[in-house]
Amino acid sequence: MTLFGALGFTAPWLLLGLLALPILWLILRAVPPAPIRRLFPGVVLLLGLKDDEQVSDRTPWWLLLLRMLAVAAVILGLAGPVLNPEPEAAGSGDGPLLVVMDASWASAADWRARIEATDALLVQASRADRTAALVRLTDPEPPVFQSADSLRSSLPGVVPDPWQPGPEEVARFIAALPEGGFDTFWLSDGLARDDREEMLAALEDRGAVTVFESPRSLYALQPATYADGNVVLNLRRLRPGPEAEVSIAAHGLDPAGNPAILARIPGRFESDAREATAELSLPAELRARITRFEIEGQRSAGAVALPDDSLRRREVALIAGSQDREGLELLSPLHYLTRALEPNVDLLDGALMDILPANPDVIVLADVATLSAAEEDAVLEWMENGGLLLRFAGPRLAASDVSRDSEDPLMPVRLRAGGRTVGGAMSWGEPKSLAPFASESPFFGLEIPEDVTVTAQVMAQPDPTLADRVIAQLDDGTPLVTRKRVGQGQVVLVHVTANAEWSSLPLSGLFVQMLERLAVSSTPAMPEVQDMEGTVWQPEMVLDAFGAPRDAGNLPGVAGEDLVTAPLGPDLRPGLYQGAERSLARNVVTADTALEPVVWPQNVPVQGMIRAQETPLAGWLLALAIALLLADVIASLALSGRLRSARAAATVLAALMLMPQTGRAQDTTDAMALAATSEVTLAHVLTGDDRIDDTAQAGLRGLSDTLFFRTSVEPADPMGVDLETDELAFFPFLYWPVTPDQPTPSAEAYAKLNTYLRSGGMILFDTRDADVARFGGSSPNGRKLQALAEPLDIPPLEPIPQDHVLTRTFYLLQDFPGRHAGRDVWVEAAPPDAELIEGMPFRNLNDNVTPVVIGGNDWATAWATDARGNPSFPVGRGFAGERQREIAYRFGVNLVMHVLTGNYKSDQVHVPALLDRLGQ
Amino acid sequence: MIPALALRQQAEEEAARLPALLARAEKLAGTVLLGEHGRRRAGQGDDFWQYRPLQPGDSRRSIDWRRSAKGDSDFVREREWQIAQSVLLWLDGAASMRFSSDKNLPTKAERARLLTLAAAILLIRGGERVGLTGWTLPPRRGQEQVLRLAEAFTTDDPDDYATPEARGMLPHARAIFVSDFLGNLDPVEAALTKAADRGVRGVMLQVLDPAEEAFPFEGRTIFESVGKSVAHETLKAGDLRSRYLDRLAERKARLDTLCRLTGWQYRCHHTNASAQSALLWIYRAMDGGHG
Repeated sequence: MTLFGALGFTAPWLLLGLLALPILWLILRAVPPAPIRRLFPGVVLLLGLKDDEQVSDRTPWWLLLLRMLAVAAVILGLAGPVLNPEPEAAGSGDGPLLVVMDASWASAADWRARIEATDALLVQASRADRTAALVRLTDPEPPVFQSADSLRSSLPGVVPDPWQPGPEEVARFIAALPEGGFDTFWLSDGLARDDREEMLAALEDRGAVTVFESPRSLYALQPATYADGNVVLNLRRLRPGPEAEVSIAAHGLDPAGNPAILARIPGRFESDAREATAELSLPAELRARITRFEIEGQRSAGAVALPDDSLRRREVALIAGSQDREGLELLSPLHYLTRALEPNVDLLDGALMDILPANPDVIVLADVATLSAAEEDAVLEWMENGGLLLRFAGPRLAASDVSRDSEDPLMPVRLRAGGRTVGGAMSWGEPKSLAPFASESPFFGLEIPEDVTVTAQVMAQPDPTLADRVIAQLDDGTPLVTRKRVGQGQVVLVHVTANAEWSSLPLSGLFVQMLERLAVSSTPAMPEVQDMEGTVWQPEMVLDAFGAPRDAGNLPGVAGEDLVTAPLGPDLRPGLYQGAERSLARNVVTADTALEPVVWPQNVPVQGMIRAQETPLAGWLLALAIALLLADVIASLALSGRLRSARAAATVLAALMLMPQTGRAQDTTDAMALAATSEVTLAHVLTGDDRIDDTAQAGLRGLSDTLFFRTSVEPADPMGVDLETDELAFFPFLYWPVTPDQPTPSAEAYAKLNTYLRSGGMILFDTRDADVARFGGSSPNGRKLQALAEPLDIPPLEPIPQDHVLTRTFYLLQDFPGRHAGRDVWVEAAPPDAELIEGMPFRNLNDNVTPVVIGGNDWATAWATDARGNPSFPVGRGFAGERQREIAYRFGVNLVMHVLTGNYKSDQVHVPALLDRLGQ
Repeated sequence: MIPALALRQQAEEEAARLPALLARAEKLAGTVLLGEHGRRRAGQGDDFWQYRPLQPGDSRRSIDWRRSAKGDSDFVREREWQIAQSVLLWLDGAASMRFSSDKNLPTKAERARLLTLAAAILLIRGGERVGLTGWTLPPRRGQEQVLRLAEAFTTDDPDDYATPEARGMLPHARAIFVSDFLGNLDPVEAALTKAADRGVRGVMLQVLDPAEEAFPFEGRTIFESVGKSVAHETLKAGDLRSRYLDRLAERKARLDTLCRLTGWQYRCHHTNASAQSALLWIYRAMDGGHG
């Protein structure tokens, strides 16, 4: 490759072709454009005219220049120009090449850049015909030198691991290094580690070492902690720098169970600071749903913090039999419980039935004897679903008959009457102490203080099942804590009081530990090693190096002590581990993780990732040549006078491309909304049958005119409404002519219609068949009406009663004819308890507007007028027909009045009472 | 000898052209007839022209007694002039007329035929006798003559540029010359002079294509006449435009001057303009000479 500054050529000898350009210039110059032959009768007038310029039989210089440029572009393009070619000095040498990648979580953030850098290196190596090998330090394997091209093809499959190479891996790597010289490229993740010097020395023994390192700062997130009601997130970065702000997203499940970002917290690094703190205040419900915190834009496992149970504050409801506020605080049955639980649980206070819907994790009943039947059922159901009921004994429980003869469902054992007292003034025995916990007890391993004694307790009735249910006992073998599983939950009875009255247990630290073991209270973030011995934890979810959660699949379980102490590695991946009672998270970055930039010795060259990209220019130059040749075509056409039709075509093409998009749906919707809401507007449903729609439009126009002339309602022109697309809320009244073949509205349209009906709209269904079949029987229109109205939210109906408010909202009416004088018109039925009061002209009927009016009298036809106000259709014969039309109009007026004024006229029923009150 | 089938096909093609031209010409003529010349149609005006007072020399038989009885003076009932004019047509059928610069425009020949035949129809309906110059079709009247004229117009002249036929001109007749007048103007001048000598007056309609008026050509071009008898090559057609237009204007001016001298009327018509306006102009120009 030959270099000219930043430009290189792969085939520089082709550039000699540029020497031929002047010759081409001379040749092309001599060739004028070919003439065009035209028929032209006026040629006789041209005879004898001479051209002014004799030189114009040569190609014009600018056209020549255009062609020269095109040819030069072709020559340059074929010569293979490359902008910013990879400097070969970086990888000079011809021995084998070893690519070492740290491949830890810290390199995941700019993994793509690393792969591209490696790819560029391998391209160079391939050009130089060098063999290459690749080793990932997180999982070192003996390097196998192969051709650079085949290594390149496997590059996309190389991914980082979510841990850091430890001393063991480095030792394995050094041991596997082959003898013989090779050069090394080391893609470092930038984190300081103790074993780097050792590795560097081993590699420098073999040949030159070049280090590639990203200049970007690395951000890491420590596990969230809980302090003062806030979630505290500690952020760190590798290199101190200027002020920076990052955004932390709290991922979790939304109420519908879909993954969502529940909150975003800004974290701000001060200038030159390497640590920052962000605080997040969230309601407990929301906090419990958080599955992970993540620094946005950082694709790295170090930027992800998984919360475990430590963030989840358990909700504990405390209920005492008697809240003796008059007594001493220390004697309160809940005092010690409150003090023990307060630091790390959310306490709920209230009546049992009020608390249950909040679904607390634990309900503590301190000396509560009996529950009502309803309460018992509710508590049982809650327990079946996983609730923990913790009961404490006490004087009330001992005195009651609960669980005496048969086992109470809310008690783990039967109780003997009265309980017992030991070590008191009236007893012989000494106060009893606790026996060591059995190995199957949840309390196993807890140390029992010497001074814990029990002076009184309730006694369990011996039963075949008793032995299984005891989880703690006194040293004389009497049960102290018994437990019974109920469904997914359990009920636990502590046979002493929750205060210090019967025993000194609540005064000891053991009490708190026992509560923790029972999972009543939440535990500190990371348990001690000795607590974890012998337990096995199953991975539930693990993180990959990019911080993306992966299903753990069938990864093997992890021993508890390893989970707490062992460094992350292939056997212990970062993620969420599930134990018997709780879950634990192993995060990549903890407060102990060292995050220091590595310092390389002076003699090791360190390159940044960001470098000018090698850009082949051949394609661009050839494209330029084609563009120039196209321009030459147009110019030649123009020169020889043949461009006229071409120009027209180009103009048409440009006009087509510039044609405005039709995007005015919004405008029309707005215009329709404005038109419909500026005035009262009657509307009819578009059926798709033009004749019926026109009639409906004309009918509503006639009705609108009538309203305008006779009443204070002055409607605008009626509108047709498409149920699928138009908003219905603008219209007080919809006229819906039923045709057998109109399309049934979609589910969305029905939802809209139901909303419309519930919010006070009215639909007048008109089957237009004179109701021959008596409300929907067997006429096609009637059947269609049934089909149409089925999904609608329509109340029970009845024929308009004589005293319905529709008969008197404006005119006094008894009949409701349209073009037909059918009998029944149906409206919402009156409530069954409506009665005619003596002396009143009508009943006090339902209090709102009937949502539907159904009939078949073809009202629109009777109302229909043309633009001049003349009736469009005949109604009946002679004067009687005109009278029928008049009554039809009156019905329409009454209907609209009913829609607009509701039951106003019904209130006349109160007129006598009002007059009476006024003393008239 | 032409086979019978080919002969018949040609004949039908020719015949098919005739009704179309006729129909269009009739239609065009119809638009004019309803205008100011409606009174000249037979049956509407009868023979009556006007009443005028009796003058010395009038015979008493010519007195209209009914009109004279209404007043004290005598009136003579004048009748409409019954003597028909002869109108002679010359239509350029040369190859130069068969040119149109755009496929949406009619050729000059089509437009010229249409206008001439329409004018002929109008004149015949007005009672004039219409025929062609020369001896081929002497002036006659009647619907039959329209058909003969139409037939005569469908023949094409193989020459590139035509010369006007000035023979067979009836004295004091009227004439209509339609051509593009792009050929040699000397025969035109001779024909007009000869016509003027015989007291023949008329109109001269120059039909031009818009391209001939605008010369919208660029670049290296070889211009050829329609019959390919004349050609001219140029390297930059655009440079010739102004000189071409000068020559065209000069030619028009010469034709106009010639017409003024001989008492004719001259007008230039473009094929992209309305045929009706041109027909109206022809008819008015003829009528002006009539009254």
